Amino acid sequence: MAARAEVVRERPPRGQERVSATGNYAAAYAARDADVDVVAVYPITPQVQIAEKLAEMIANGELDAEMIHVESEHSAMSAVIAAAATGARAFTATSSQGLELMHEMLWIAAGLRQPVVMAVATRALSAPINIWNDYTDVMSARDTGWIIIFSENVQEVYDNVVQAFRIAEHPDVLLPVMVALDGYILSHTVEPMYRIPQDEVLSYAPKRPRGYRPVLDPDRPVTMGVLAAPNWYYEIKRQQAEALRESKKVVREAGREFGKRFGRYYDLLEPFMLDDAEYVMVSMGATASLVKAAVKRLRREGVKVGAVKVRVYRPFPADELAEMLQHAKAVGVLDRAIAFGGPTEGPLFADVAVSLATRGVHVPMVSFVHGLGGRDIFVRDVVEMFRILADYARKGRSATTTIFFGVRE
Amino acid sequence: MALTRPVRTVWDIPREERFAPGHAMCQGCGAAIIMRHLMKVVGKDAIIVMATGCVEVTTTLFPRTSWLNPWLHLAFENAGAAASGVEAALKVLRRKGVIDGSRRVKVVAIAGDGGSFDIGLQSLSGMLERGHDVMFVVYDNEAYMNTGIQRSSATPYGAWTTTTPVGKRWRGEWRPKKDIIGIALAHRIPYVATANPAYPTDMVEKFRRAFEIEGPSLVHVLSPCTPGWRIPTEKTIEVARLAVQTGVWVLLEVVNGRPRVTVKVPRRKHVRHYLRLQGRFRHLTDEEIERIQKMVDQYVEEINRWVGEQAIGPVAE
Amino acid sequence: MEQLRYSRVPELRGWRDVPIAGIVPWPGSTAENRMHAWRTFRPVIDPEKCVRCRLCWVYCPDGAIVELDKPYTTRSGRTYKVTYEVNYDYCKGCGICANECPVKAIRMVPEVR
Repeated sequence: MAARAEVVRERPPRGQERVSATGNYAAAYAARDADVDVVAVYPITPQVQIAEKLAEMIANGELDAEMIHVESEHSAMSAVIAAAATGARAFTATSSQGLELMHEMLWIAAGLRQPVVMAVATRALSAPINIWNDYTDVMSARDTGWIIIFSENVQEVYDNVVQAFRIAEHPDVLLPVMVALDGYILSHTVEPMYRIPQDEVLSYAPKRPRGYRPVLDPDRPVTMGVLAAPNWYYEIKRQQAEALRESKKVVREAGREFGKRFGRYYDLLEPFMLDDAEYVMVSMGATASLVKAAVKRLRREGVKVGAVKVRVYRPFPADELAEMLQHAKAVGVLDRAIAFGGPTEGPLFADVAVSLATRGVHVPMVSFVHGLGGRDIFVRDVVEMFRILADYARKGRSATTTIFFGVRE
Repeated sequence: MALTRPVRTVWDIPREERFAPGHAMCQGCGAAIIMRHLMKVVGKDAIIVMATGCVEVTTTLFPRTSWLNPWLHLAFENAGAAASGVEAALKVLRRKGVIDGSRRVKVVAIAGDGGSFDIGLQSLSGMLERGHDVMFVVYDNEAYMNTGIQRSSATPYGAWTTTTPVGKRWRGEWRPKKDIIGIALAHRIPYVATANPAYPTDMVEKFRRAFEIEGPSLVHVLSPCTPGWRIPTEKTIEVARLAVQTGVWVLLEVVNGRPRVTVKVPRRKHVRHYLRLQGRFRHLTDEEIERIQKMVDQYVEEINRWVGEQAIGPVAE
Repeated sequence: MEQLRYSRVPELRGWRDVPIAGIVPWPGSTAENRMHAWRTFRPVIDPEKCVRCRLCWVYCPDGAIVELDKPYTTRSGRTYKVTYEVNYDYCKGCGICANECPVKAIRMVPEVR
């Protein structure tokens, strides 16, 4: 179900090496090409190949970095935050329970404005324990203040990690960036991809002079990680909220510049056959390629459907999404996670619904959940979802509860 | 500049104050005395990494700081991991020529007993085991004082705390203090020591050695807490001194596995002198105090056997 | 009082003035705080009795005992190179100095307000 090498559809980019890689290897290659200084990774399925590949590259001398063999993900995140605070380019990766164990530190990474980059091979959360793909792990990190970018295929994993360093370290941003890749579906699937020469990566995502941001330096001492009482805490947080909100500009610019230099353009959202689409399905990650396949099938039958892929999940591109969907007759959202007890249980749906409602786009909406814990989603399932969506459009109302698709009744 | 000359008398302690006054640590705080001297020893070229705790919250209330050194606090349980991250970054940035490769900048991690014995133990163990060039200082006030005197695994037998209260069924803490020195030594690190602010030259000299040595070192410092131990604010040093004079706290230094008692106590005082000064032990009966005396006797015997001499003598009144 | 590189904090009005992430670039700035309100007793050092053993300076938790290169000759004719003074801006009145003074040269005097 993973994307066929669609992004590679464009002309072979000059100077770029065509390699075959899993999503995990792609993340590791990108970290190497960005010449990361410190890597702290704790092994967890399905991310573990990232740790292995990075270790192999350091062992071979392909990458000059310090690897900290941390004893937990909590320590992994703590160590990369501290390394970034010392002025190093720092990288880590995790999945599922590991991301949950890091959770406390995710807030601190963002709160201290440290430009850490992390790849997350998405995976379901316990209990019951399950090592397969869904987005519940990343969804539980959505409010932590990170920039969150989803990848649709292996090429995007590589490209997103490269862009992540440019975005995170941009002086107007200084926020951590999480690049999500679907567990197994991308993490373990081998696809062809283009690797950019390291000097070009470093010219695109340059290592800035030490001291362009506050770092731990005996010649210019700073106190980092202070106590803020009610008289200043709110101001510090207000500033952080502004930084994440405004980072959208830098994220867009990074995608455009990436396209100019390397031939693959990226934006916050990716519309698919949207021009005259009446029924639109919003999704993220590798799931989006499945939705695209369903759209194509229905289009062949003459049904006017389209899709939007949310590439940048945080900061959420609300204005852009509302603009894209203003002419739709009905909007469905396919979530690969459950937000338990919410007004509807699809977390992405909630974001889409608020974006549309607050921006005056009032169309019937349906929240779908599918693909939990690695449950396969088939193109026919998405086709069926479009049919349900059309029903609601005819009725002229939204579904008030989430539809759990693909579950045995 | 870090202190390089050996410290033999109090006059060898640098006058320069590198820990600014105006902090909000309690009247008579033992940790404040420890911090002052620690910062005098490490000098400018040290990066401080601190766990959440009393010292952290009382010295960094935004927008002010008591620290003159680069200083980082992330959370409670991860001083070891954060220090590892800083140290690894310094190493690679030196190697890549981003920072001066010839200049020695050392990482000093500081945590209370909670941040090292309890919630910080895993991250501390990782740091020690991986051999990072980090000096780890434990200021041990024997309970969670920052949150208001709750029991930790460093709380000694018999001590009242708000979570080991004295009632009909409980009579304070009923388990002995965890052996953090034993745990540190199990990592085969090059330098481990205990210290006590009532013995400033001994303490400062140990800070100096722990800072100078390459690789992980750990200094475990007794840090009397006036509100938590229920002692008058002027008794901090007196109580700390009695801990050594009674054999409750033995001043040790273990270099590459070789142990030595640095301050010998030929004639010990009875433990009641130490206990009776502190409100947290007020409930103890004579019988209970004798039980504690036996525990101290046993500890002293173990130490003497370990160091191979009678470094701590018998109780003599 | 020997003033080291203690920084002063500029006026901060709103969230735009706050340094990024609240990272404080003003080392030693707590020295701007005044702690005298914590005190109920103040230590008073008698320079006549004081034997310049340095212990009050060593044991002070607040860096409030200041060691000055100020020669002092006692009435009995003994000359010392240093003098100890209390910085009452920082002294919280814990009394450790008086308790530890081996010659009882420090008295704790009630604060009268």
